[in-house]
Amino acid sequence: MLLKVLFVSFPFFLQPILGSASDHLGTSFIHFNFKDFLEVISLANYNTRLVILSTSILGIASGSIGSFLLLRKRSLIGDAISHACLPGIGIAFLIMTALGNTGKFLPGLLLGASISGFVGVLVVMAIRNTTKLKDDAAMGIVLSIFFGLGVALLRIITEIPGASAAGLESFIYGKTASIVLYDFWLISLVAILVTVASFILLKEWTLLCFDSGYAATQGWPVYALDLSLLVGITLVTVIGLQSVGLILIIAFLIIPPSAARFWTENLKKMLIISSVLGGLSGWVGATMSALFQNLPAGAVIVLVATTIFIFSMLFGTSRGLLIRFIKHTKLNRKIGRDHLMHSSYEVLEEMAMHENRMINNQKIKRSRLLQRRSWMDTELKSLIHTSKKNGLIERYTDEYILLGEAGFAEAARTTRNHRLWEMYLIEYAEVAPTNVDRGADLVEHVLGADIVRMLESKMKTSPYMYIPNPHSESEGLS
Amino acid sequence: MEWYNLDTWIVITGALCASACAIPGCFLVLRQMSMMGDAISHAVLPGLAIAFMITGSRSSLSMFVGAAVVGVLTALFSQWISQFGKVDRGASMGIVFTSLFALGLILIVQASNHVELDASCVLYGALELTPLDLWHWEFLGLSFKAPRAACVLTMILVINITVIGIFYKEFKISSFDPALAKTLGIHSGLIHYLLMTMVAITTVAAFEAVGSIIVIAMLVVPAATAYLLTENLVIMMFVSVFFSIAAAILGHISAILVPSWFGLNSTSSSAMIAVMAGCLFLIAWIFAPKQGLLQNYFIKSKSHNKAR
Repeated sequence: MLLKVLFVSFPFFLQPILGSASDHLGTSFIHFNFKDFLEVISLANYNTRLVILSTSILGIASGSIGSFLLLRKRSLIGDAISHACLPGIGIAFLIMTALGNTGKFLPGLLLGASISGFVGVLVVMAIRNTTKLKDDAAMGIVLSIFFGLGVALLRIITEIPGASAAGLESFIYGKTASIVLYDFWLISLVAILVTVASFILLKEWTLLCFDSGYAATQGWPVYALDLSLLVGITLVTVIGLQSVGLILIIAFLIIPPSAARFWTENLKKMLIISSVLGGLSGWVGATMSALFQNLPAGAVIVLVATTIFIFSMLFGTSRGLLIRFIKHTKLNRKIGRDHLMHSSYEVLEEMAMHENRMINNQKIKRSRLLQRRSWMDTELKSLIHTSKKNGLIERYTDEYILLGEAGFAEAARTTRNHRLWEMYLIEYAEVAPTNVDRGADLVEHVLGADIVRMLESKMKTSPYMYIPNPHSESEGLS
Repeated sequence: MEWYNLDTWIVITGALCASACAIPGCFLVLRQMSMMGDAISHAVLPGLAIAFMITGSRSSLSMFVGAAVVGVLTALFSQWISQFGKVDRGASMGIVFTSLFALGLILIVQASNHVELDASCVLYGALELTPLDLWHWEFLGLSFKAPRAACVLTMILVINITVIGIFYKEFKISSFDPALAKTLGIHSGLIHYLLMTMVAITTVAAFEAVGSIIVIAMLVVPAATAYLLTENLVIMMFVSVFFSIAAAILGHISAILVPSWFGLNSTSSSAMIAVMAGCLFLIAWIFAPKQGLLQNYFIKSKSHNKAR
């Protein structure tokens, strides 16, 4: 039973593999040959060419404008708009029929859809600006109510005698495979408009995304800018809705920008990467759908985009999981090493104080190190091991460790930095936290030399200590 | 307007569905996850396809299980993507539901080579047809007849009320202040997944019974309406249930009445229920006592006069 499921569920993953194998066996599991492949790749077929080019262009346009949506945390507005279009279609149909034309005049229906989609967006903004409801609730309200209105309206329209409204809904909610030349020109026009707009208005829309309050105080027409962005989104959504369908256009507005976000922290670069990823998923998805049977283009494009997204999430160079994991591990290791050095120094200091002499590099008992911090035995062991490799520790046994010359200097440096920062935090509690940089090689690199000298003089010095300790007073009391 | 026994059952089923959705909906609105209903109702497609492939039947129980599992997975995946990938929650929801829908579409196309399985006819019920599918009950010698949808939705409603009743404190604290919840030893994550499971099961059960529009609307609109009127969570839940029932009654009446003004037959009840919920929201938006549009307008003009 399980085998059957696997076989039925994933044949399209297996098709490329099984295809070549079954050719040798003389049974054609799928109809795939090199000639078809070349024909699709070279865009020789008129229909294939239209579909591939249209989806790629749409991917580029929605990839670029979708980036702004992602940064405004409004990615799902495409979802709301595409559902909010429905009543506009019904109303446009009614008006055109009443005027004596045929109701199924595509530009008219598209205009109706755009207007009601845009009204939907305006209502979302109004709800958000005048109530305590947030974007998500506003979008959910508009989506469901407009869609309900649309369904009710279409149902009424189909009852009207004489008006041939059958299939009106599928007329507007298109399928990718049925793209015609007219769609192609419409897509290209809107795509060029939107892509150019998002690069010309880059600065303004960026400001809007990151700090609209600041933009308003600087005299930018924030509402006009917001509206222009939303007009662009509405145009792309309506065009995409009609040509490639609801799910694909929603995905196009969300997935490429989210994937691009993993690769860069720079908005301009993100815009370019997102456009490229959108175009690429359109191209690859449409090509795959043309090559293999029974793969609906829209769905394949979404899955290609998702694959790109997952890859970016794992391996993105800026925020990918892998790079973040590596950075995190590195940081942890550095912090662990600093703790080891600091604790070793303090143990040496205690020994020197106990024996009433100047501090020097000696064997340190592991048990004493273990007491200093709440670290696990294995954790300490691995820290010691890495420090030995880095040359900070000269030799170690199960009982003792001995710092190397470099290690002793490093321990002194770490301890001094640590104590100075603590003193700084004690002295300048109100401004300090933003200035503290514990990773800095020397405190002097961050704070001025004067302040450091002052901090040093504030700390209670003792003849035994090479580095004064801000805690020594309280320790004395206890 | 003529009112039949049928219409009563439609209103009752609609009201049960609406109130079953409105209760978890309150928490969705508070947690800013209102689009979850829409996301889940799109995302369950692969669940239906796989359930069909495994069992080879279109029985509603296996379909329900498949859809509910994928519904929970939708919530789980979007949580993971937003948590580990640091992606905005709305965007991660969008990524997950579009991908799952696409996957479902491909699975269905592959399966339909062998058998008839049409996405639109599998699980999307219609409110008007619910009274036709009756369940018979024998209880103490008396026999009852009730629509299957009404029975299922009653069960869902009872489950939702029970779960919220038991974990009320946990739900409340982790919705308003996750940090406090953590210090009190409440596992916010677990509560989150419990809520998501509830939403997934409610969504799937409801749109199997009565169709998807009403579910998506009822998860958001009554809760949002109540949110405008009160600041107390318990009151908010009662008010949202009240509004959802009102929307169900008004919706069905208007579905019959409004087209008849133009001499036409009735329109879709579930769509009109959504529209009526919208009208109630509009009224609350304008007239809400503390933060309605009118009130804001008066406050503004008053302070304006004062300033002069």
